[in-house]
Amino acid sequence: MKKTLISGLALATALSAPLAASAQTEIQFWHAFTGRLGELVKAQVEEFNASQSDYTVVESHKGNYSETLNAGIAAFRAGEQPHILMVFEVGTATMMAAEGAIKPVYEVMAESGAEFDPDAYIGAVKGYYTTTDGQMLSLPFNSSTPVLWVNRDAMEAAGVDPDTDLSTWQKVDAVLEQLKAGGEECPLVTAWQSWIHLENFSAYHDVPFASKDNGFGGVDTELMLNGEAQVAHLSAMGQWAKDGEFIYTGRRNEGGANFRAGDCALFTESSAGYAGISSEAEFDFDVRPLPYWEGVGNAPQNTIIGGASLWVLSGHDDAEYKGVGEFLSFLSSTDVQAKWHQDTGYLPITVAAGDATRASGFYDENPGTDVAVIQMTANQPTGNSKGLRLGSFDQIRGIIDEELEAIWSGDKTAQEAMDSAKERGDALLRRFESANR
Amino acid sequence: MEKRVTFRGWLLPLLLIAPQVIISAVFFFYPAGQAIWQSLFIPDPFGLSSQFVGLGNFEFLLTDKFYRASFVTTAVFSILVTLCSMIPALFLAVLADRLIKGSGVYRTLLIWPYAVAPAVAGVLWLFMFNTRVGVVSWYLGQLGYDWNHVLNGNEAMGLVVVASAWGRISYNFLFFFAALQAVPRSVIEAAAIDGAHFWRRFFTIVLPLLSPTTFFLLVVNIVYAFFETFGVIHTITSGGPQQATTILVYKVFSDGFVGQDLGSSSAQSVILLIVVGLLTVVQFKYIEKRVHY
Repeated sequence: MKKTLISGLALATALSAPLAASAQTEIQFWHAFTGRLGELVKAQVEEFNASQSDYTVVESHKGNYSETLNAGIAAFRAGEQPHILMVFEVGTATMMAAEGAIKPVYEVMAESGAEFDPDAYIGAVKGYYTTTDGQMLSLPFNSSTPVLWVNRDAMEAAGVDPDTDLSTWQKVDAVLEQLKAGGEECPLVTAWQSWIHLENFSAYHDVPFASKDNGFGGVDTELMLNGEAQVAHLSAMGQWAKDGEFIYTGRRNEGGANFRAGDCALFTESSAGYAGISSEAEFDFDVRPLPYWEGVGNAPQNTIIGGASLWVLSGHDDAEYKGVGEFLSFLSSTDVQAKWHQDTGYLPITVAAGDATRASGFYDENPGTDVAVIQMTANQPTGNSKGLRLGSFDQIRGIIDEELEAIWSGDKTAQEAMDSAKERGDALLRRFESANR
Repeated sequence: MEKRVTFRGWLLPLLLIAPQVIISAVFFFYPAGQAIWQSLFIPDPFGLSSQFVGLGNFEFLLTDKFYRASFVTTAVFSILVTLCSMIPALFLAVLADRLIKGSGVYRTLLIWPYAVAPAVAGVLWLFMFNTRVGVVSWYLGQLGYDWNHVLNGNEAMGLVVVASAWGRISYNFLFFFAALQAVPRSVIEAAAIDGAHFWRRFFTIVLPLLSPTTFFLLVVNIVYAFFETFGVIHTITSGGPQQATTILVYKVFSDGFVGQDLGSSSAQSVILLIVVGLLTVVQFKYIEKRVHY
């Protein structure tokens, strides 16, 4: 009797096993996109789900970047983590240090047998998310880089030739003065001040932002943002702020509203601002490469990225990871990437997707959309321009924002502010080091 | 002689207070104990490992001059919020109390803002004072005043105080209004017959009789300003410009839930707990003596 029961169970198990395998395996994907971007992510997921019958990817929106990361961390602590979590570039060091919580993408890909060629990815994008020995830890998903947006109508109204060369800050300096003299009330505005005017500035001029290759070489890193080049740039910006040539609007991308409404002439912002600006701006605009200081460092080197990558979290079955591998491989495929790049203004993450976009004539129809790609890929990244990998970086950016505000308001000189930012940021880096010893 | 009712035995009284004790234990003592325990560690965000640092988190905080400065910011903020929410509330309550017709409508309208969550109130005020599209900042501009709370710390402080106090005015109004209704008419009428004018009656009779309510509201509003205002700060200024509006509780929130530094965040909440505990003791010891029940 007992024997029959056991064999019955065994039989039932044997019968149901293939059944379970043929049922679709669910893969949870948590992201931070709403609105148009949310719709585009949803479309990608639906396309993947329709393309095969083994896996179902379930996408859910978990709030903004910080909230999504928090949701992922809280879920991990509760043992309910998703398979794929979107983490913004600032959270990279946090994820990288959490060795027991993540499953590196190169490992997922190798085990799943999905198509994966690390060399297919654009170096400057991939570099941000790979170890020093070239292993890809997370899959770049949406990456952008800062560029200069020009309101041609505003230039003309202030009596400045809209085709004026704006490739260097020296030239921009002169133009700002002309714009001001021509009655422009907001000659220059920026978004994401720390990302553009310190982090990217440093990479673009090939000067260190932090020691140990900006933290890629280890957690015992120190900030070096109070260097001569950075201080000179911020001093110039402080002067522009004082003269009413640079208008400060806030720590995030508040300035975008001013620019899109036509209130400002020049705007340093992410290349992904394209979607918003092209749909809202009722003026003639241009995209130019981010300016650099002629003669400072090795400018123009290359700029670095912002945006997010997809991390695979540990603690799931092999069968599920196989599905994750398939999905990530689908996301990196040329057609999907080229469409994403053209729809959003984010960079293509593979060389092939960029080539396909060029071949389709997209860049010719939408001039300026390739500026970011060229700017990122112009040179082989150096230790200073590969990216940043600093712990507690969200908080450090907060400190930098505070210190920059002190410069714009004239309370501190650029040197004082950056010395203070270094001291305060280093204290946080030491804490991060001891938490991840 | 006071009348006392006593229970026979222990079981029933224990049973009766059990729900309150259990709720306090689960929602207060357990989390507070956790915070004290966690304040001794630097954990990694995922809870995979943590380093015991003893009082290291406290040392890190107290040697940070920006953290010490945020005590002053918090004091300024709390005093301003308390004053800005209590004085107008009292004024409105006195006015509403004197109404003969339609006081119900006024009361309802005055209570409305209390239903607005702090974060939402923050967004509303931010929108009005937005440097580019805000109605108020536009009018100020017309008057020749260049409003810019994004760079001006005092303006930012003013804005978060107003946004935090606004909803509280309703709450305070309710209490003041109820207390005013309880002031015996006969005493006021007697004073009026003796020739005391309105403000004289107010300051010599009404205000002293309101003192228990005022004291209660003082304690409650300070606790509110200390603990419940991070939503407003988060939506309006994120603690800026520079550190002009970084109050203690906002730092607890941002270090813990934005910066993932749970050790420091726990240590900060322990410090905050001690500060508010001390404040309440001081209030009960010194100010309550001047309260007439």
